[in-house]
Amino acid sequence: MFEYAPAPESKDLVKFQDSYGHFIGGKFTKPSATYQTINPATEQDLAAISHGTAKDVDAAVKAARNAYEKTWSKLDGATRGKYLYRIARIIQERARELAVAETLNNGKPIKETRDVDIPLVASWFFYYAGWADKLDYAGLGPNPAAHGVAAQIVPWNFPLMMLAWKIAPALAAGNTVVLKPAETTPLTALLFAEICQQAELPDGVVNIVTGFGDTGAMLVDHKDVNKVAFTGSTDVGRLIAKQIAGTNKKATLELGGKAANIVFEDAALDQAVEGIVNGIFFNQGHVCCAGSRLLVQESVQDVLLKKLKRRMETIRLGDPMDKNTDIGAINSKAQLTKIEKLVKQGVKEGGERWAPNCPMPKNGFWFAPTLITGVSPANTVAREEIFGPVLSVMTFRTPAEAVAKANNSPYGLSAGIWTEKGSRILKLADQLNAGVVWANTYNQFDPASPFGGFKESGYGREGGRHGLLSYLKGAN
Amino acid sequence: MPIIDPEAIVGSRITNQSLSRWLHSLPGVDKVGLEARAAALSTRSIKTTSKAWALDMAISMMDLTTLEGGDTKERVRSLCLKALTPDPHDLTTPQPAAICVYGDMVKHAKEALGKSKIQVAAVATAFPSGRASLAVKLLDTKDAVNAGADEIDMVIDRGAFLSGQYLEVYKLIQAVKKACERKDGSHAHLKVILETGELETYDNIRRASYLAMLAGADFIKTSTGKVSVNATLPTTLLMLEAVRDWYDETKIQIGVKPAGGIRTSKDAIKYLVVVKEIAGEKWLTPKYFRFGASSLLNDVLMQRQKLSTGHYSGRDYVSVD
Repeated sequence: MFEYAPAPESKDLVKFQDSYGHFIGGKFTKPSATYQTINPATEQDLAAISHGTAKDVDAAVKAARNAYEKTWSKLDGATRGKYLYRIARIIQERARELAVAETLNNGKPIKETRDVDIPLVASWFFYYAGWADKLDYAGLGPNPAAHGVAAQIVPWNFPLMMLAWKIAPALAAGNTVVLKPAETTPLTALLFAEICQQAELPDGVVNIVTGFGDTGAMLVDHKDVNKVAFTGSTDVGRLIAKQIAGTNKKATLELGGKAANIVFEDAALDQAVEGIVNGIFFNQGHVCCAGSRLLVQESVQDVLLKKLKRRMETIRLGDPMDKNTDIGAINSKAQLTKIEKLVKQGVKEGGERWAPNCPMPKNGFWFAPTLITGVSPANTVAREEIFGPVLSVMTFRTPAEAVAKANNSPYGLSAGIWTEKGSRILKLADQLNAGVVWANTYNQFDPASPFGGFKESGYGREGGRHGLLSYLKGAN
Repeated sequence: MPIIDPEAIVGSRITNQSLSRWLHSLPGVDKVGLEARAAALSTRSIKTTSKAWALDMAISMMDLTTLEGGDTKERVRSLCLKALTPDPHDLTTPQPAAICVYGDMVKHAKEALGKSKIQVAAVATAFPSGRASLAVKLLDTKDAVNAGADEIDMVIDRGAFLSGQYLEVYKLIQAVKKACERKDGSHAHLKVILETGELETYDNIRRASYLAMLAGADFIKTSTGKVSVNATLPTTLLMLEAVRDWYDETKIQIGVKPAGGIRTSKDAIKYLVVVKEIAGEKWLTPKYFRFGASSLLNDVLMQRQKLSTGHYSGRDYVSVD
């Protein structure tokens, strides 16, 4: 037997402080009202984090306003770009440390933080650094103006990557920001605050306030905020939309999804299997654009599921710090409970549950990669976002039926098409109500490509020129 | 062992038309996806005990090869002695699976290897180009078998394959397989070289793999090592998928041999990871997976010494061959 010996990345590559305050006006505040943030793979404490109050939020917004008016809006684009390039380079220099920190705090495998998250974080800053002195070409005419202070709230599934998606375009466009990381994954945002200091970014341009949902709500509510950007659940997105209704605040909301991954009978099946696996098991399925509904043409259902199950048997679940781990820990106890509840509901409604036989670590939060077959479009697991490594399998007979079933969702973030027929790809991409359509691939991200959804998946775009426009006045 | 019934598999009498229909009904291969999968598997981190295991397995899967115009009896003999005792400083070092030579060198190899379990493989059928008449190819094969070759590495007619003459390729493989038979009814093991570098597309490589398996190949092999593109990880991955799916369908297990360009231990370990994760443990044996290589052995020996002594020895501590 060819067993892979443990190949752990070193935990010593990152040194967390015992406790962290907020990062306001270029300095860390004294830690207060702290709670522990943990490693979800071991349930061990990593650091004490401050729970932001109205006073903290107010101080942060004031610092951002001050920085916007006194420094950041007075700098020319090339100088703003210089800071962004500097940040990007420091991220690359500290990539290994950041990857380890993200894995420890989030539970995702080191393979992903090392090869996906952190490289994308750096590429986002490099990309938007390039835009900073070229805003005249963004499509809004000469000298487009920034909004001012942006309130940004990011989720726990890609903590640092979502921070980059928010902060890089905001700063390039000339805004200053107050960002609140998710309560379970604040550590890389706090390391990023250190990077801002290291890059000598003017004080107050980036402010980080940690805390729970109430902290985020206070931030959105703050009267001196001009722009709100949120990535997270549709429920919270709705609250935010209500909160800012009737104000001048602009918003970008990137919310949930229940993407269809559509496999036609003429698809390259082995590669389709890879795409399905990457679509739903990447990052434990904690991905808003995850391909969580598999729509497979009836004629290839048996062979595809057989191949898929065999492939799932080779998925390695376990210590996220091991370089050979494919699926890490579920981010929190609450999320694990939610996944378990939805899967039970799916089985209750007639779905058949299947998972490979994979041993689970004792401590921490874990969920095996799971298939639910025999799902009908009316079932809960076909409609609700599970946000875990759970794939609901449905079938279709014709392209029209595939489109109808794929679009039969309140969400519209992403979709996948698998076929060797190019003309079908183009036709379907046109018919699918999804912000992103991947063809013969899945979960590909690039800073130059806009990302965002339709319907209850939110509005506004992140990435590319479109992502820049979200942070400039006069767009749409 | 189950016997192949080609007509049952193809679903009709074997004609060029039916073969063509059957081969073109196989699922396509997405180049980007296949290469991404191979690249992803290359990032597996194989350390300590698993590395030691893999290095030994790699040696035992090697077809130690010399296929030069300048090959002599002495050169072949020296290679055979190396195979018998790969590392004189460490007698626990496993022996490679086979010595791979041109047909006229088979007798020298047999003589040098004596009663050892190391097999002698001969390239045949107008290797490497395959450009000769059928009669010559068969005579070439029989000659090597008569000289005592345990295994025959044949080349397919790529020209015929690329021009859609599948039946011709099919018949060639069948005829060579027949020529592998010995008087006692046993037969030399047949490896069919697809020369994937000349087939160019992955769709072609999958079709050629199926055609060879249908015609009775015991092994499918990537390359002669004589063209500019030889074994690659994605190509080998694709061929492993083919033998895996073929086994599902027929219960007949076919081996895979990447050859040419695999020079380092690191490369060899990547291939073993692909074997394990694509085809499964059943293929992790010299019976069903081989490396066609010449310089790989010394690199593996150096890595092996490093693992046991903790430091690198250097090129002067492994024998030139």
